[in-house]
Amino acid sequence: MSSMPDGRAIEVRGLSLTYAGRPPVVALDGVDLVVAPGEFAVLLGPSGCGKSTLLRALAGLVRPTAGEALASSVAYMPQRDLLLPWRRVLGNATFAAELAGVPPAEARGRARALLGRFGLEGFERAWPAQLSGGMRQRLALLRTFLAPRDTLLLDEPFGALDAITRREMQGWLQGVLAEESRTVLLVTHDIEEALTLADTVYVMSPRPGRIVDRVEVSLTRPRDATTLTSPEFTALKAHLLRALEGPTRNR
Amino acid sequence: MSRALLLLRRAARDYAPAALLLVALVVVWEVVVRALDVAPYLVPAPSRIARAFMEVRGTLPGHLRTTTSEAAVGLALSAILGAACAALLAWSTPLRRAVYPLLVISQNVPLVVIAPLVVVWFGFGMLPKVLVVTLMGFFPIVVATTDGLLRADRELIELARSYGAGRWQVLRGVLVPSAVPSFFAGLQISAAYAVLGAVIAEWVGASSGLGLFITRSQTAFRVDRVFVAVAVIAALSIASFAAVHLAARLAMPWQHFVRGGVQEEV
Ligand SMILES: Nc1ncnc2c1ncn2[C@@H]1O[C@H](COP(=O)(O)OP(=O)(O)O)[C@@H](O)[C@H]1O
Ligand SMILES: [Mg+2]
Repeated sequence: MSSMPDGRAIEVRGLSLTYAGRPPVVALDGVDLVVAPGEFAVLLGPSGCGKSTLLRALAGLVRPTAGEALASSVAYMPQRDLLLPWRRVLGNATFAAELAGVPPAEARGRARALLGRFGLEGFERAWPAQLSGGMRQRLALLRTFLAPRDTLLLDEPFGALDAITRREMQGWLQGVLAEESRTVLLVTHDIEEALTLADTVYVMSPRPGRIVDRVEVSLTRPRDATTLTSPEFTALKAHLLRALEGPTRNR
Repeated sequence: MSRALLLLRRAARDYAPAALLLVALVVVWEVVVRALDVAPYLVPAPSRIARAFMEVRGTLPGHLRTTTSEAAVGLALSAILGAACAALLAWSTPLRRAVYPLLVISQNVPLVVIAPLVVVWFGFGMLPKVLVVTLMGFFPIVVATTDGLLRADRELIELARSYGAGRWQVLRGVLVPSAVPSFFAGLQISAAYAVLGAVIAEWVGASSGLGLFITRSQTAFRVDRVFVAVAVIAALSIASFAAVHLAARLAMPWQHFVRGGVQEEV
């Protein structure tokens, strides 16, 4: 997971992954995908198509059956927020950074500086159980941001939120990334979320997961309500819907 | 100010029913013993037990101190050994498979059989009593803590690993904190039996302690004093239970806020 060729933050080549068991589950079948540094890539696909599996392979948590999943240093944010109930907000924010070797005092300092930006001002001594769903998710994101890694792997970070909070968070994430540039690979099954956030959308087929389409999104940023109702947006949405339906449905 | 009042109100609501029932039972007891004129060496009336308590209130604290320290040291030892043993059992599956059945079997050896043997082996001092308490308290702690360690969230462990955590960091940062609630659940059970364990061990042979006090009172046919000792033992058991409860609160301040916790009741 070290030597990456120049101009790539993530490189996935012919990645196949089968979970052993009875019957074995072919989660990924020959996936190719390249993400450039600073790019915001979105992996769009129906649930169960292997999106989480792809991120877990990039985070080094599962070994590919065939092919490679290479990434420069990655910070992984799992689908569940996985906050530590026994650590306060500040302790949760610094958890990943501490494990990655950042001195605790330094990690706390950086976390304090970002609490406001992540909408957690005044909550640093609260327990996770006292936070709302949106706050929990922002805390999990802050934990991911504070890890000293170039690339963020975000697995449906807003999947558990209601539609209104989700839109808010998408706007907020665009703002944060405008200030703190990172490479991002974000997983979602929400087309509008993909188009709101992505530079590039990779569309995955139902299991076994394959990349069936790659769509560049050049809508101007920040993308707000006006963007969402523009003809370009609608056209891209129609395109993605067709790509998700796949060739089999047309018969 | 209002918070203190709130806590008091809640305590009254939680404990008043038990206290009222206890008072009612004591009153019934007194009335029945007097009405039927039961001999005091069979069942003494509560008023007579109270008088006996006043007689022995000079000598009782010494016995109480002995039993309390035996129970406390034994419980502390079982907590330390139990937690260490649980860490080993959770760490190695073969070891767990080998040791677990033995642990369960050891639980079925009655304490009244073990206690005299331990006294024969280790003499009449404090050591055998502490060991009996430790033996009793060990099992619930090992079982509960091992379970807690094994049930730690796998995805949380993976998350820690993805950030480069080694075995030790996973143990300290994820496994141990996840197992703390289970550890305290086990400790709570052990604490309830610790005083009883110490008293039974004293029964076999001791120079001080509530167990000795009971044996002496029995030989003198002072059933009222036996009842005094029983009341003191009950109070001591409740106190140790409460102490562990408090320790758990202090060790796990977050538990206060998890769903369904006290916070939401207010
Ligand atoms: N640890 C596992 N063992 C066996 N099968 C798994 C495991 N994890 C996921 N799967 C299966 O692999 C497929 C892809 O899962 P996943 O990557 O979680 O999909 P997605 O994130 O797109 O919903 C699913 O059919 C799922 O049931
Ligand atoms: Mg998933």
